[in-house]
Amino acid sequence: MKNPKRSQKIAFFILFLATLLIVVPVGLIVVIIIQKGLPAINWQFLSDMPRQGMRAGGIFPAIIGTVYLVAGAIIFALPIGVLAAVYLSEYAGNNFLTRIVKLAIVNLAGVPSVVYGLFGLALFVVFFRFGASILAGSFTLGIMILPIIITTSREALESVPSSFREVSRSLGASKWQTIRYIVLPNALSGILTGTILGLGRAAGETAPILFTVAAFYLPQLPHSVFDQAMALPYHLYVISTQVPNVDEKVRYGTALVLLALVLFMNLVAIIIRYKFRKMKKW
Amino acid sequence: MRKFKEFIIEKLILLCGLASIFFVLLIFLFLLKEGLAVFRSVTPFQFLTGRSWYPISEPPQLGILPLILGSLMVTAGAAAISIPVGVACAVYIAEIAPAQFKEVLKSGIELLAAIPSVVLGFVGMVTLVPWVKSIFHLPTGLTALSGSIMLAFMAMPTIVSVAEDALYSVPKSYKEGALALGATHWQVIHRVILPAASSGILAAVMLGIGRVIGETMAVMMITGNSAVIPNSILQPVRTLTATIAAEMGEAVVGSEHYFALFAVGIVLFVISFAVNVTADLFLHKKVS
Repeated sequence: MKNPKRSQKIAFFILFLATLLIVVPVGLIVVIIIQKGLPAINWQFLSDMPRQGMRAGGIFPAIIGTVYLVAGAIIFALPIGVLAAVYLSEYAGNNFLTRIVKLAIVNLAGVPSVVYGLFGLALFVVFFRFGASILAGSFTLGIMILPIIITTSREALESVPSSFREVSRSLGASKWQTIRYIVLPNALSGILTGTILGLGRAAGETAPILFTVAAFYLPQLPHSVFDQAMALPYHLYVISTQVPNVDEKVRYGTALVLLALVLFMNLVAIIIRYKFRKMKKW
Repeated sequence: MRKFKEFIIEKLILLCGLASIFFVLLIFLFLLKEGLAVFRSVTPFQFLTGRSWYPISEPPQLGILPLILGSLMVTAGAAAISIPVGVACAVYIAEIAPAQFKEVLKSGIELLAAIPSVVLGFVGMVTLVPWVKSIFHLPTGLTALSGSIMLAFMAMPTIVSVAEDALYSVPKSYKEGALALGATHWQVIHRVILPAASSGILAAVMLGIGRVIGETMAVMMITGNSAVIPNSILQPVRTLTATIAAEMGEAVVGSEHYFALFAVGIVLFVISFAVNVTADLFLHKKVS
């Protein structure tokens, strides 16, 4: 420890090891799932109903269920989230109310996912009598991803230079016209990024849909928003813990489809962010 | 007419702006509405300190102490792993890594944050659990330790990204000043930058712990789910979150068991609220 150069070398090496300790397992997890899951993936696996108590056949209804849920969540959360971001970036003053709103967003983001499940059960399933349904699940997931959409959209709106707004207002446009025709279009890429990240989160979460929508085994497609549905993350949970003797290939295959779906959305979000950052005119 | 339309739109924007407050209150109200009913049969003190959780025996025994201890043990284990590793990684990314490598590392961390918890739980089940079982010669690998290790990986993305932001926002002049006085880069990091970023790092740690306490699926899949007071980290435990997720499916709406699970939800909500408010205070302290 006496020699500062040497202790720096040791310290930096330890920091590097710590970094490897995070990054290497992540890589391994992804590689293992791809390697063992890929042999299970074929057209039948993706497009067929589960058979023999989910030990064979495909995962089509789970994929469709997840698509419905995610679509429902975003239809609910996107307008509210973007308008909330507009409020925070364009209207809110630097006062107590704004502070409370921001704190509420932070808390909404921190509520455990299973508590969202409880809330969805109490409010949508029991109180509003939706029953376990796509509607109840979508609303629950929608509220859960609201903070992601608000935070990213707000960042996007705030990064639009204030000179844009000033020019627009000085030309006689009203505040809303300025937001509608100047600020929102320029923040579109950021809002899109946030939306896609929210989609990815909603697609991967299990706990909020446990009691609000997820069906253990339902070998048909839902007919209306009041039907239960299977969903990919819940299906993976079921076949890896609840059903004995499921072929390992089926489990890995399901994990791979879910992981690919979520990572694909994140990748798209990252690419959009990167592209627009380069394109930015200001 | 246009005035009127804009008036409506601006009111709508205000309404959506306040939606977050509304939803937080709504969540809390509905947890209270369903959860407080349990205190007709047990006192809050009995509920929090009761040593046995047998919700479907007759009469039901509703003590959540084993669940609280289960959550604490798993969380402590995960914190012990993720805090040093996460902060070290944040320092490496913020201060030491070369520029191109930095972007790769950050994407790697983002990737980890994106992996759904049920997938991590699955991977833990098929890889980590058998390892723990054979390394420690246990009857089962479904232990608090397995849960801690897996949860550490869920806390790390949060810790790394928030801590990195904190390190990044330390004014460059601090670093330059210390370097000019002849300090080595490492001395600058641990004597100047780390102390200057300490409140942000503390916030990172709190948020990471908050993530761990609230984590559900992976924990349920790999901690063994036995609701007894744990003696060692190599035993199966059951957390607050896993209890709700595992039992709510069977609980009859309006039963004692149903109310008790909502009361567990209240406990979780209060913990996460406290953690997030504290973390927020630390983050804002940095600004002023």
